[in-house]
Amino acid sequence: MTNHWIDIQHSDCILIQGSNAAENHPISFKWVMRAKERGAKLIHVDPRFTRTSSKADFYAPLRSGTDIAFLGGMIKYIIDNNKIFHDYVVNYTNAPFLVDGKFGFKDGLFTGYDADKRGYDKSTWTYQKDAGGIILRDETLKNPRCVYQMLKAHYARYDLKKVSSITGTPEKDLKTVYEMFSSTGTKDRAGTIMYALGQTHHTVGVQNIRALAIVQLLLGNIGVCGGGVNALRGEPNVQGSTDHALLYHYLPGYLAAPRTSQQTLESYIKKITPSTTEAKSVNWQSNYGKYAVSLLKSWYGDAATKDNEFGYAWVPKADDGKDYSVMTLFDVMYAGKIKGMTVFGQNPACSIPNSNKVRAAFAKLDWMVHLNIFDNETASFWKGPGMDPAKVKTEVFLLPASASVEKAGSQTNSGRWIQWRYEATKAPGDCIYAGEAIIRIQNKLKELYKKEGGTFPEPILNMTSDGLAEKGGYDAEKVAKLINGYFLADVEIGGKQYKKGDCVPSFALLQADGTTSSGNWICAGSFAQDGKNLMQRRGKADPTGLGLYPEWSFAWPVNRRVLYNRASCDPTGKPYNPKRAVLEWKDGKWVGDVPDGAPPPLAAEGGKLPFIMKPDGVSSLFGPGLGDGPFPEHYEPLESPLARNLMSAQQNNPAILLYNSDKDMVASADARFPIVMTTYSSTEHWCTGAFTRWQTWLTEAMPQAYVEMSEELAKEKGIKNGDKVRVESARGKLECVAMVTPRFRPFLVNGKTLHQVGMPYNYGWRFPADNGDSANLLTPTVGDANAMTPEYKAFMVNVVKV
Amino acid sequence: MRRRQFLKMSCVLGAGVALCGLGVDLVPIEAWADEIKKIDRLKSARQTMSVCCYCSVGCGLICATDEKTGKIINIEGDPEHPVSEGSLCAKGAGIFQTTEANEHRLTKVLYRAPNSDKWEEKSWDWAIDRIARLMKEERDKSFITKNAAGQVVNRVETLAHMGSSNLDNEECWSITAWARSLGLVYIDHQARV
Ligand code: SF4
Repeated sequence: MTNHWIDIQHSDCILIQGSNAAENHPISFKWVMRAKERGAKLIHVDPRFTRTSSKADFYAPLRSGTDIAFLGGMIKYIIDNNKIFHDYVVNYTNAPFLVDGKFGFKDGLFTGYDADKRGYDKSTWTYQKDAGGIILRDETLKNPRCVYQMLKAHYARYDLKKVSSITGTPEKDLKTVYEMFSSTGTKDRAGTIMYALGQTHHTVGVQNIRALAIVQLLLGNIGVCGGGVNALRGEPNVQGSTDHALLYHYLPGYLAAPRTSQQTLESYIKKITPSTTEAKSVNWQSNYGKYAVSLLKSWYGDAATKDNEFGYAWVPKADDGKDYSVMTLFDVMYAGKIKGMTVFGQNPACSIPNSNKVRAAFAKLDWMVHLNIFDNETASFWKGPGMDPAKVKTEVFLLPASASVEKAGSQTNSGRWIQWRYEATKAPGDCIYAGEAIIRIQNKLKELYKKEGGTFPEPILNMTSDGLAEKGGYDAEKVAKLINGYFLADVEIGGKQYKKGDCVPSFALLQADGTTSSGNWICAGSFAQDGKNLMQRRGKADPTGLGLYPEWSFAWPVNRRVLYNRASCDPTGKPYNPKRAVLEWKDGKWVGDVPDGAPPPLAAEGGKLPFIMKPDGVSSLFGPGLGDGPFPEHYEPLESPLARNLMSAQQNNPAILLYNSDKDMVASADARFPIVMTTYSSTEHWCTGAFTRWQTWLTEAMPQAYVEMSEELAKEKGIKNGDKVRVESARGKLECVAMVTPRFRPFLVNGKTLHQVGMPYNYGWRFPADNGDSANLLTPTVGDANAMTPEYKAFMVNVVKV
Repeated sequence: MRRRQFLKMSCVLGAGVALCGLGVDLVPIEAWADEIKKIDRLKSARQTMSVCCYCSVGCGLICATDEKTGKIINIEGDPEHPVSEGSLCAKGAGIFQTTEANEHRLTKVLYRAPNSDKWEEKSWDWAIDRIARLMKEERDKSFITKNAAGQVVNRVETLAHMGSSNLDNEECWSITAWARSLGLVYIDHQARV
């Protein structure tokens, strides 16, 4: 989230698109309802009418997988009707930048496409510059090559009629939503967008979010109280697990993971620290070298020295441009190339697309180590449907873990608040912390490597274990301090003394010379210099009156509650909306929230631009950083009801990775599978139900798998509410109960009636018995071109009565 | 008494009151007495603060731990929490069923041998010895020092790790560090899916 949960109450117009917040983030809805009590309008855009829709002032249906068409139409509406927040767009976005003369877009493709590589050469996705390398700009926004005019030209095709024929949203509904939301493009009004997996689970997932960001930037809604692009993250600590890089492609704190082309620490740091010619840009990422060295110091301690590049050689290097994410992982495993796997607290047998492929892949492992609080379909895959245990060679370890209330440690919510929790009781039986299990494995490996030697033992022997444990056992607070960071020598910075062993109170103090450590720079400051744990705070002071609660827990970065908050003020530092001033430049200093960058506002002496994490200091309407285009463009899902994309000759996102195993059948515009399907969750279950299906209070309310369908489709198929049906895709099938409901309505797409159905992904065969299996038996192995997030939300099926 | 039983009894309370009047059914009154006892125990219980383990709203919890048994006897919303203000949704309100009160909790290390059709109970020491041995064998066998182009890569492609967004920050960080020390590149978890 750019903002935080409580901030939603300050919004004047809330657009929820790709989320069913009322059911899936129920307590967040408290703040939506408070905004409504203040007079805010709520809009819900979703394929299905849900409890969120029932509270909305306006509900608009759309066919799954067509958000960019919907939002592209909104961008066009905002520009055509001059609803933009002009001052904000000119000063704080790249709208005035002149785009390179060779950049272009034709019939679904941007310049530089290479069909063999299924990717782009992005050398033309750049700006015109003067001899000194300064970006040329036109602040009148009239030049046809300026970003603003290019944006306008790109979305000229997204008229109401075209958008409606793609999305299935009636034209008048589109217009109503566009009018309502674009009313927030003024100083005194703020609009927020709340989204969840409904936006990300697509082959165009990242560009969906880009489209949301473009809308919000045009309306001046980023950085302001009651505004923002707010991701409602689905799992308790998915923010924190992302921050700490349980992902191959970066290291803790969003530092890109080293690739083979970066053979030295110097070349690595050069790669991750962008430069800028823009004098007014803070370009905070230029500090990344300090954060990388501090991370290596936290890992390898004294073994990391200047002479050995702080142990950089010990960090694994992934091949340049190669994907190692989950679907590729299972593709490689299915091909028999992965031998051993650890799975902690996750149930991929039900949560990863094309479950038949995933489950077959498990059987090719030599061994699997699984840690959890309950058994699930992953740990017990060898006795699942279609498996003959006698033929499955995989050795499986199922390790019992402590549950959340049995553990001390921190967890980060969607608003980036890192909240501490305490151990309420000892875990039962042989259950231990996951952290303790890791220490035990790590120490045993160290012992073996010390005793027996082995291949490249240095990273194993040098990786910290003392930093994780106290008296031999895992100690969460000690790890938290290591994550925060220490001074490793007595130093003086800016006239202030810091002693060796003090906690680093801010990442601004981290150094590239090995005198500081920090396991994750964004968390630096979660401890005060004296070692006080700020994540434990429970202070309720509210100095701005806006519910920022700066003394409750700790929010990364540096306790900032609203990201990009300097953009809520005009270039002189006056809040655009003084009634909801999250920040203000007063008597030569910033007052309010922790400012996003300490320098003065743009127009003051020494003033800087507000988007400090962007090299040019402004936000990006033109986004050349992504792999599939600088502007979002509508493409059909991999499996679509349409044989031809109505927007261009390019049917699918041209930069997606395709898988070709014998389990990866695809059926698009195929008469055998004429119904669009989407998947979702319910209030009573969490993810694949791996915890919640074992709880009687919850399964009483939501006992079994079902497929929701419209009354019209049910009639066509002769299905009655409660009938047993079979749902089939090109990859798999499952039986479940039909739920016939007016919550789904047929769409009119390209002049034809089209049906959509939906299923929760909360079930699995293991427990309760006979209550259905995973909806992911049906989903395709394909993901977003940038993030590889699977396309769970739009694919094709058939439903028949059994 | 489990909350579920209590709820069931509350449901029959309407009918129960009428029957009680006739001196027929005293179950609801017994249930009520049990609740009173629970309230007494709650008064003396140790309170600890926690956070819901399901979605990223991060609602605050108060856990009450019985002084005598050391076991959690109640979990409820934290009214002081500025986001949740004491509210919890169905999942959060049911977190008690993730504790050992739930008979399905795993409490032993389980092992399934190759081609076996059952789990066997094992000790942690046994499991850690075996797991570390398997990891070392595979890592030593398949470690890649240089790629075909002669660049140093120092990685292993035959081992993989997944999870988890349900673990605490400190655990996630420890796993990231450990996985990289082995040389893993296949690392992923719920954040992507
Ligand atoms: S109680 Fe419900 S809304 Fe609150 S964190 Fe838990 S799952 Fe989310």
